[in-house]
Amino acid sequence: MKELIETIVKPLVDFPEDVHVNVTEESDRITYKLNVNKSDMGKVIGKQGRVAKAIRTVVYAAGSTQQKKVFLEIVE
Amino acid sequence: MRQVTATGQTVVEAVKSALAQLETTEDRTEVSIIDEGKKGIFGFGSRPAIVKVTVKIDPVEEAQQFLLDVSEKMGVAANIEVKREGKQVQFLLSGEKMALLIGKRGQTLNSLQYLTQLVINRFADQYFTVILDAEDYRKRRNETLIHLAERLAEKAQRTGQKVTLEPMPSYERKVIHTALMGNKRIKTYSDGVEPNRHIVITPNK
Repeated sequence: MKELIETIVKPLVDFPEDVHVNVTEESDRITYKLNVNKSDMGKVIGKQGRVAKAIRTVVYAAGSTQQKKVFLEIVE
Repeated sequence: MRQVTATGQTVVEAVKSALAQLETTEDRTEVSIIDEGKKGIFGFGSRPAIVKVTVKIDPVEEAQQFLLDVSEKMGVAANIEVKREGKQVQFLLSGEKMALLIGKRGQTLNSLQYLTQLVINRFADQYFTVILDAEDYRKRRNETLIHLAERLAEKAQRTGQKVTLEPMPSYERKVIHTALMGNKRIKTYSDGVEPNRHIVITPNK
């Protein structure tokens, strides 16, 4: 999953080396926290959050095969 | 962007050496000559040729690789066929587990299509439109939409009230507008703001 998020995000940003994903696992949910370079924030969120929404849709689709609920947060 | 600077006794040899280092062919690169070099006499006053070779990024190939990588990470082994017509690039996916890539009402497919469009246009000089299809999903969806449109148009006429459809992406709305264009008893228009823009069918009085 972590790899999937990186695969999606890296080609979209100017600083692929600054893309990091941190995983927090709880009993019933897994939260992926996505970090990108500050100047790339706009690129991963997009107009009206369109890009963020598209990334989430793809990630959640891949997460649907897993037992736990998957969440993706974009943090600065 | 990958590029190397190489030297050789002649320009041709320098380019050859650069291409070998980059493991590519000449038609995929841009070559700029920094120094043509000089032969000299008996090795005196000779200068090697220097060239700079840059690998051109093919946006379509880049986008295809992106799709391959993403679907692989999703656990789907997809075959991708690329069709290019002017500004429009179609990627036709096939293989097992396509349902996962399509998602409910095609929302995963639409998201992937949007992301692929972003990737392709990052490297492109001209603006490309990406169409992503998996196992003829778009064609089947179009047929469903046309059926839905006809049914709801009839409902609008019968009840004399307007019928509001659920939000859809622009090209799906276009399918419905086009399907009902010839129907003189009703009118269609889109209402709301993306991503909640949806079609409304009203009966003509």
